[in-house]
Amino acid sequence: MFKKATASIFTKYFAGMAFLFSGNTFAAWDDLNMTEGVTAISKEVFDLHMLIFWICVAIGLVVFSVMFYSMFAFTKKKNPNPSSFHENTKLELAWTIVPFLILVFMAIPASNTLTKIYDDTEGDINIQVVGYQWKWQYKYLEDDIDFFQNLTTDWDEIYNKTPKGEFYLEEVDEAVVIPVGKKIRFLITANDVIHSWWMPDFAIKQDAIPGFINTAWTVVDEPGIYRGKCTELCGKNHGFMPVVVKVVPQDEYDIWVQEKKEAAFRMAELTEKNWTTAELTERGEGVYLKNCVACHQVNGQGIQGIFPNLAGSDIVLNNKARNVEILMEGVQGAAMQSFANQLSEVDMAAVITYTRQAWGNAENGDGKIVIPKDIVEYNKPNI
Amino acid sequence: MSAVIESHGHDDHHHGPAKGLTRWLYTTNHKDIGSLYLWFSFAMFLIGGAMAMVIRAELFQPGMQIVEPEFYNQMLTLHGLIMVFGAVMPAFVGLANWLVPMMVGAPDMALPRMNNLSFWILPFAFFILLSSLFMEGGAPNFGWTFYAPLSTTYAPPSVTFFIFAVHIMGASSIMGSINVIVTIMNMRAPGMTLMKMPLFVWSWLITAYLLIAVMPVLAGAVTMMLMDIHFGTSFFNAAGGGDPVLFQHIFWFFGHPEVYIMILPAFGIASHIIETFSRKQLFGYASMVWAMASIAILSFVVWAHHMFTVGLPLAAELFFMWATMLIAVPTGVKVFNWVTTMFKGSISYETPMLFAIAFVVLFTIGGFSGLMLAITPADFQYHDTYFVVAHFHYVLVPGSIFSIMAAVYYWIPKWTGNMYDERLGKLHFWLSFIGVNVTFFPQHWIGLAGMPRRVPDYALQFADWNMISSVGAFLFGASQILFMYIVLKTVMGGKKATPQVWEGSRGLEWTVESPAPYHTFTTPPKVN
Repeated sequence: MFKKATASIFTKYFAGMAFLFSGNTFAAWDDLNMTEGVTAISKEVFDLHMLIFWICVAIGLVVFSVMFYSMFAFTKKKNPNPSSFHENTKLELAWTIVPFLILVFMAIPASNTLTKIYDDTEGDINIQVVGYQWKWQYKYLEDDIDFFQNLTTDWDEIYNKTPKGEFYLEEVDEAVVIPVGKKIRFLITANDVIHSWWMPDFAIKQDAIPGFINTAWTVVDEPGIYRGKCTELCGKNHGFMPVVVKVVPQDEYDIWVQEKKEAAFRMAELTEKNWTTAELTERGEGVYLKNCVACHQVNGQGIQGIFPNLAGSDIVLNNKARNVEILMEGVQGAAMQSFANQLSEVDMAAVITYTRQAWGNAENGDGKIVIPKDIVEYNKPNI
Repeated sequence: MSAVIESHGHDDHHHGPAKGLTRWLYTTNHKDIGSLYLWFSFAMFLIGGAMAMVIRAELFQPGMQIVEPEFYNQMLTLHGLIMVFGAVMPAFVGLANWLVPMMVGAPDMALPRMNNLSFWILPFAFFILLSSLFMEGGAPNFGWTFYAPLSTTYAPPSVTFFIFAVHIMGASSIMGSINVIVTIMNMRAPGMTLMKMPLFVWSWLITAYLLIAVMPVLAGAVTMMLMDIHFGTSFFNAAGGGDPVLFQHIFWFFGHPEVYIMILPAFGIASHIIETFSRKQLFGYASMVWAMASIAILSFVVWAHHMFTVGLPLAAELFFMWATMLIAVPTGVKVFNWVTTMFKGSISYETPMLFAIAFVVLFTIGGFSGLMLAITPADFQYHDTYFVVAHFHYVLVPGSIFSIMAAVYYWIPKWTGNMYDERLGKLHFWLSFIGVNVTFFPQHWIGLAGMPRRVPDYALQFADWNMISSVGAFLFGASQILFMYIVLKTVMGGKKATPQVWEGSRGLEWTVESPAPYHTFTTPPKVN
C-alpha cells in the first residue's frame, strides 16, 4: 500500500504544481482560502481576512524587496567596502509610527465587525448545543425538540476497507434544521470536556465548555446543507464529530418540527410495547454501534487501561442493577458519561440487553435482560 | 565558591577537563555544560522529530493507516512537549552557557554547581515523560496545552508523571535563568556597561526574566491539576464549582511569554550573524534592545488572544486584539533593523548567514500570519485550524530552530577549533529550507479551507496538500541526519579555525583561541 502511495504522490504533486500555474485557479481558490460563507457576518469576516492579507502582502513586498535588493547589490564582490552608517532617528521614528498607523487602520473595521458579532439578544429560535465525547446534542428550546448528531461515516471507510464517500467524515445521522431569514441563537455548552462548535459558512466558532453557556447567533438567507466540525481537542475521536446544519424555507421547517414531535410520540408508544429478547438485542446492536463502539469497541473489549472490557465483565454478566445504574448515572471521574438524557427508555433497555447477550455474555452470566419498563421505573440512587 | 574560581585561576592553561564519564557528570565548566545541553537538545529534537514523522505519515492520506487515534493524540502531545521543553529551550540554554560568559568576559557562569544541577535533572524529567508511553492507558494525550478537564478528569493515569516531569523542567529552567541573570549582572568585564553588551546577552537577560516570571505560573497550573486529580479539589471542574476556563487563563499567562522565551534569543543570534556577514555594524543597537524589552513586556498582556473563542466579554476581546496587534510594532522595528544592516553592507553567504536570512524572511511570514490571527473576528475562522499550526511552526521551525542551527554553524569553529564543511552546510541549509516550506506553507491553505488541527484523519478535499506537506516533512526530517553528520565531522576534525574565525566577527569570544581554552578570561579583559 505504501508503494502505491509513493507512486501516486508524484502525480499529486505535479497536479498541485499544475494547479498553481494553471489559468483555472479561480475555481480551485476556494479549496485554498477561507470560505466567504453565507451570512452577512461571514462575508464581513472574509473581507476583513482579505484586507489584512493584502496589507501583509504589501508590507512583505516592500520589506523583502529592499532585502533582496541588498542581497544582490551589496555582495562582497560588488561592494567590497561596506558603508558604516548606523542609527537615524528620523528613519527609526518613521518605521515605528507608520506601522502603528497601519495597525489602527486595521483595528477599526475589525473592532466594528467584532461588536456586531457580540449581540447576545434572544433569537427567533433558540437552540441549545451540547458537546459530548464525541457527538452533539441539540435542544430546540421553544419546540421541545431534542436529538443527537452522530457521525455516520462507516468505520470500514475510515480504516480503508471500503472506498470513501463524497462527504467522508462530514456526514451525520441528523442535521440541525433551521429556517431561512430567522435569527437563530445557539446556546453552546458541553457535558464532559471542552469542545468547539464550528460552522465556517456562518463564521461561528464557539467553545463548548462544561458548566458554562456561550452564545452565538446567525441569520442565513440561502437554503442549503452546511458542514462544520469540532475544533477543540476533546479526546480520542475529536476528528470524528462533524456538525451539519440544513437551512430550509420556513414552510419546510414547520413540517420538520411537526414530524419531530410525532416521532417523539411514537417513541413513547414503543416504551409500552412488550419486547422479546431477540427484538431488544437487535435494536440494541444498532444503539451500541452508534453510541458505544468508539470506546468499548465492536468486540466489547474496550482498550486496556482506558476503556473497560464489557465482554465477560462481572457487572455485565451478573449485576443487572449496577449495569443499569452505570448507564443512567455515568461513572464519576471516568470517561463513561450518563446516557440517561441521550437515549430513550427503549434504546437504553435495548443496548443494555445487547451487551448482556453479545460476545458470549448470555452463556457466561445470568443472561437477565432489561426491558423499557425497568428504565422507566429506575430510581436514582441516593448519593 | 570563590575558592573554586581562584584555584582555576592559577593553573589556567595546565589544567584541562577530567577524563571519562565523571567529567560530564561532575562538571561545573560552562563549556562542558553548554555542550551537554546542546547534545541533549539535539537528541530530543530527533525524538520529537520522529514523533512528527509518525504524525505526518498518518496524515499522508485520508483514513487511519498507521496508528490509532488514541496513539496519534499521544504523539501530538509528546511532540509538542518535547520540542518546546526538550529541544528549543535547552538548546538556547546551551548556547547561553557557551556564549554568555565568553561574551561578557567572565571566567564561567556565576553559579557553576547549580548549573550542573539544572542540566542533570533534565534527562530525568524527559525519562519520566517518555516512560509514560509504556504505562497502562498510554502517554498524555491532551495536547501540549493540556486543557482541563481533558487533562484532569478525563486524562490517562500517566498524567501524574507528566505533572512531575513538568515540575522538574520548570525547576531546571528557573535555575538556568537565575544563573544567566547573576552572571550578566555581576560578572561583566570592567567597562562593559549594560548598553555595550552583545545583543545575544541582552536577549538572554530579558528571556531569563521572562522565565523566572512565568515558570512558577506553569508550576501552579500543574499543581492545581494534581490537586484536582488526586486530592478532590475542583479548581477546573465545573461540577464542583470550578472553572475550566481558569486553566486556560493560567496556562496562557505562562504560555504566551513562553513563546517569546523561544524566540528572543533567536533575535540576538540573528543580529550577530547578520552584522558579521554584512561586515557592517548593526543599524540600531539601542532600538533593538528597546524592541526586545517592549516585546517582553507586551507578552504579559496578550495571553487571551489564544482564547478568543472561549466566550470572553467584548471589552476583553477588544483589549487583547489591540494589545496583540501592538506587538507588530517592535517586531517590525527588529526586521527593519536587520534589513537596513544588510543595506550597503558587503555581504557573503556562508551557511550561518543563509540560515539567518531565511530566519528573517520566514519569521516575518510567521509574523504576518500572527497579525492575521490577532484580528479577533477573523480568528473565529482561523482558531484551532491548520492555519494556526502553519503560523506557529513558521515562527518556531524556521524561526527558533533555524536560528539555533545558524548559531551552531557560526560558533562551532570557536567551540571545536575546526571549520565545518561549507559545502555540506549549504546542502543542509537548502534541504531544510525547501523541506520546511513544502511542509508548512500548504498548511496555511488547508487551515483556511477548514481543516481543524489535532485530528488524525480529515475530509477528502484536504488530501492533496496534506500529502505534499508530509513529503516536505520527511525531507526536512531526513536532512537533520545530515546536520548531525556535519556536526560530528567538525568535532572530529577539519580545517583549523583562526581565533577570529569570520572576517567580520566582533566581540570578546572571538579574541580567544579556537577552540576556546577550557578556562577563558580568568583575568577579565578590559572593554572600551
